Amino acid sequence: MEGYSTKVMEHFRNPRNVGKIENPDGVGHVGNPVCGDIMELYIKVKDDIITDAKFKTFGCGAAIATSSMVTELVKGKSINEALTISNKAVTEALGGLPSIKMHCSVLAEEALKSAIDDYFKNHRSRE
Amino acid sequence: MEKTCYKQNRRIYLDYAATTPCDLQVVEAMQPYFSKIFGNPSTLYSFGQEARRAMREARGKIAEFLGASPEEIIFTSGGTESNNTALKGVAYAGRNKGNHIITSSIEHHSVSESCKFLEKEGFKVTYLTVDEYGLVNPQDVKEAITDKTILISIMHANNEIGAIQPIKDIASIAREKEIYFHTDSVQTFAHIPVNVNDLGVDLLSMSAHKLYGPKGIGALYIKKGVKITPFMQGGDQEKRKRASTENIAGIAGFAKAVELAKEKMGNEEKKLTFLRDKLIKGILEKVEHSRLNGHPAQRLPGNVNVSIEYIEGESMVLNLDMKGIACSTGSACTSSSLEPSHVLLAIGLPHELAHSSLRFTIGRFTKEEDIDYVLEVLPEVVKKLRSMSPLYGEKEK
Repeated sequence: MEGYSTKVMEHFRNPRNVGKIENPDGVGHVGNPVCGDIMELYIKVKDDIITDAKFKTFGCGAAIATSSMVTELVKGKSINEALTISNKAVTEALGGLPSIKMHCSVLAEEALKSAIDDYFKNHRSRE
Repeated sequence: MEKTCYKQNRRIYLDYAATTPCDLQVVEAMQPYFSKIFGNPSTLYSFGQEARRAMREARGKIAEFLGASPEEIIFTSGGTESNNTALKGVAYAGRNKGNHIITSSIEHHSVSESCKFLEKEGFKVTYLTVDEYGLVNPQDVKEAITDKTILISIMHANNEIGAIQPIKDIASIAREKEIYFHTDSVQTFAHIPVNVNDLGVDLLSMSAHKLYGPKGIGALYIKKGVKITPFMQGGDQEKRKRASTENIAGIAGFAKAVELAKEKMGNEEKKLTFLRDKLIKGILEKVEHSRLNGHPAQRLPGNVNVSIEYIEGESMVLNLDMKGIACSTGSACTSSSLEPSHVLLAIGLPHELAHSSLRFTIGRFTKEEDIDYVLEVLPEVVKKLRSMSPLYGEKEK
């Protein structure tokens, strides 16, 4: 396998925003134990802005680093801005991922989308 | 965390089943064969004679250790080539007699992928299941035999979970039915007693870099009379069974490694078994929700394989590496298929436990304090990763 970038290892070593948010406005739950990656992403939203994001992840180094990065990227963004964060953006922010680990960045994007979906369900109907 | 900071530069290698460091005596034994005794052993003049002599001595040492005669040993580039040669060589040579091969579902990829290749070539392969400990039942071998069976290949011991197979029993079944029997001995040769007569095998694969020898050299024992079709065409080396100018330095290193093993094996087996059992006991005691994979006793002296629930193997490996500990996992994350280890699935582990596996393999240079260090560090790593795991959180509720 190709190695991880310094940025990936940095996020893996010191993951940001680990944990749960009490009374979150949205929760995304993606992946399953069979494929070896599970991500839970919590968001807090105020006036359409994501004020806080936290995660819990079962997975490899890339899964933890992408979870950490996506929570960093999303904080302070409006819901619409957050919806444009792609797996590519997460990967780029991490200085790239080995090709066989690209699915982890996809999972991070899906976790975010799923948390926002949940927020929509809880707080307003989707336009 | 602070407590262990002073040990940051400490590096502990616990992946001896992946490869071993060359013993310095091996490196020394190889030295003359690069620039001094460099002749091509197929030549007649003195340069060639010297190389030929070195090769003869090396072959003799390895054959003796194995209970074979020197002409029954061919040198290869390693375990993978030995396994490929055994499987394909016997299959092609025996094609007119039958097209059926029996193997297990926990073989090394160099055996299982060779079998898959042969299936595409029209051979039929039976992949025997194993029990919860990873052991093949000889009775299953017996029942799988048909009148088309030409080869049975079962590994001596498994590289992931260390399960030592009942090779003697299986070999005697094969012999009774006059079917060739091959065993992949890469994990056992020079680690536990391996004698071809005692085991009753027709072909046996070895690799030097698993026994403190160099990489790129291995051997295949082919019992006198066993027909194989060589898969490389070329010169007449190795009794026309393996063309290519011989890797004399590698061969000399391999022989030295075997010589050292002969001297050290008995004590080493005892030492490794003690360290292995200490590590297993320590992990099971100190880490809640952990389990041993493989058989508690019928396992390689240096093999520890555990599953640590609710956390994933690669993240454990990386965290342990940050503390200077090198080990491996059967988690999927290094394979493009995302499937975890076929061995762990074959012993009946659910996917999540296979993803949560960790393998430590202990060897010649491992000290007891290294094991103590792992037992000090591992619980911290597990705690850190579990605090991040959504699965562990659920469990607590």
